[in-house]
Amino acid sequence: MGVITKIVNWGRRKSPWVLHFNTGACNACDIEIIAGLTPTYDLERFGVLLKGTPRHADVLLCSGPVTRQIESRLKMIYEQMPEPKFVVAVGTCACTGGVFKGCYNVKAGINTVIPVSAYIPGCPASPKALIDGVTKLLNSLEESPKKK
Amino acid sequence: MHNTGDVKVPIGPQHPALKEPESFLLTLRGEKITAASVKIGYNHRGIEKACEGRTYIQDLYLIERICGICSHSHSTAFAQAVEEIAGIEIPARAKYIRTIVAELERVHSHLLWLGVAGHEIGFDTLLMYTWRDREVVMDILAQLTGNRVNYGMNTIGGVRRDIKAEQIPQVLKGVDTLEERTKYYIKIAGEEPTLINRLSKVGMLSYEDAIRMGAVGPTARASGVQRDVRKDDPYAAYADIDFKVITHNTCDVYGRTIVRVLELMESFQIIRQLLAKLPEGPISVRAPRKIPVGEAVSRYEAPRGEDLHYVRANGTDKPDRVKVRAPTLANVQAVALMLEDRYLADMPIVVAAIDPCFSCTDRLVSINYVDHNSKNTFEWEKIHRDSIEWYKKRGIDFAKLNKTF
Repeated sequence: MGVITKIVNWGRRKSPWVLHFNTGACNACDIEIIAGLTPTYDLERFGVLLKGTPRHADVLLCSGPVTRQIESRLKMIYEQMPEPKFVVAVGTCACTGGVFKGCYNVKAGINTVIPVSAYIPGCPASPKALIDGVTKLLNSLEESPKKK
Repeated sequence: MHNTGDVKVPIGPQHPALKEPESFLLTLRGEKITAASVKIGYNHRGIEKACEGRTYIQDLYLIERICGICSHSHSTAFAQAVEEIAGIEIPARAKYIRTIVAELERVHSHLLWLGVAGHEIGFDTLLMYTWRDREVVMDILAQLTGNRVNYGMNTIGGVRRDIKAEQIPQVLKGVDTLEERTKYYIKIAGEEPTLINRLSKVGMLSYEDAIRMGAVGPTARASGVQRDVRKDDPYAAYADIDFKVITHNTCDVYGRTIVRVLELMESFQIIRQLLAKLPEGPISVRAPRKIPVGEAVSRYEAPRGEDLHYVRANGTDKPDRVKVRAPTLANVQAVALMLEDRYLADMPIVVAAIDPCFSCTDRLVSINYVDHNSKNTFEWEKIHRDSIEWYKKRGIDFAKLNKTF
């Protein structure tokens, strides 16, 4: 691993920029993500910053089963993100489809559309689970920078 | 540049100002919005149809996940409708516990809204303050129901968890803390010049328009309309409780803020009264698995306004039809009116001011081709037959369950 790669990886690990995208969730996971970013849980102490555009983001936080209408938009947003990129599926719906599995307008889980790096289950995933998942993802970067 | 033509600005489905996927197409002349169209359906999951294939108890959990913010509202409204059809009278204690959770949910939802509204006008300090305080009510909810969001408290015929005597002092302590904080927010709302100047005369909706557009909840009450299901058509334990319906007459976003912070104070009073009067007894009665033939409409005052559920039962253990009219659907009509001839910069706060919940609201967008000979046009009967076939392939046969097909 070259010196430059080491520095870039260090920067990525210490301050990952995340983009939150609701792929048809019931809002429960979304409010828990925001709760994770606000003072009580404070994901920002790990350098996590919420960004508004996919072009600035390293991590895509997806919540909700993928509805058929959002599917193409999700792919588009994923393609706009710069490499290396990581996708975190937040909540049971995002992991597998959850209670909505079998509904006519719903695909089952984020991984049916784009590759996923980390799964955080829970209905909704609590901020504590979110912190656990994000730190585990960041620690995994330390060992080997995944290319997904 | 001397271009005076209209400019079309697409916003969404992914946009920093939007918390949920929906898409707006705004036509601008200069900085002013001349036309707005909204495209929804990104969040449509087909819950109403899915309800028809599941039992009443399964539906309760599915209905709860229509919206994570007002989950108790939806499950209570559904449970009330089913109980009415089955002729079940739930115990008084269950009614009180339902109402306590409902009011705690209103507190969490209004605090959440206050933060989001602060964020939309660039007042992020307010977001951080209210969301920190909101954790107090989240802890109470987690303690009483076992989950922070999507409480799973209701069942057909009552509630699933009792409130223990030793939990009550902790709830009251939390409510006291929140009341202190809310007094501070009322002070901010009344004195902070940036907040008052930014929100006054923005998103105007007159009393007449509010009635004409069928606005509900805090949106209607901020236009001076005395409309609150808790008073007009008391359900659960609201008939025994003394509280005021908060209205305001400024008809703008500022009025909606004031209504919500004052409603927080009312909610604290309601929770205290309920906990003081909490009757003894069982928390649920046994409900039949199969619900007799019948139909019912249930009304419920969710934090965003009147939530309406219609349930039709056909004598089996699965409903024949479930229809949900969430408060945002009633309010969203008024938004186009509020945006008309306003500045682009006001758009996020005007949309946020009705506290929109698109996961409650999203419908399937159907396209009707003008050419009736086109093969793309589906007849209702064909869609009906297709849906039956679709479920039959997955092992669910409606024809067996329901003789009316």
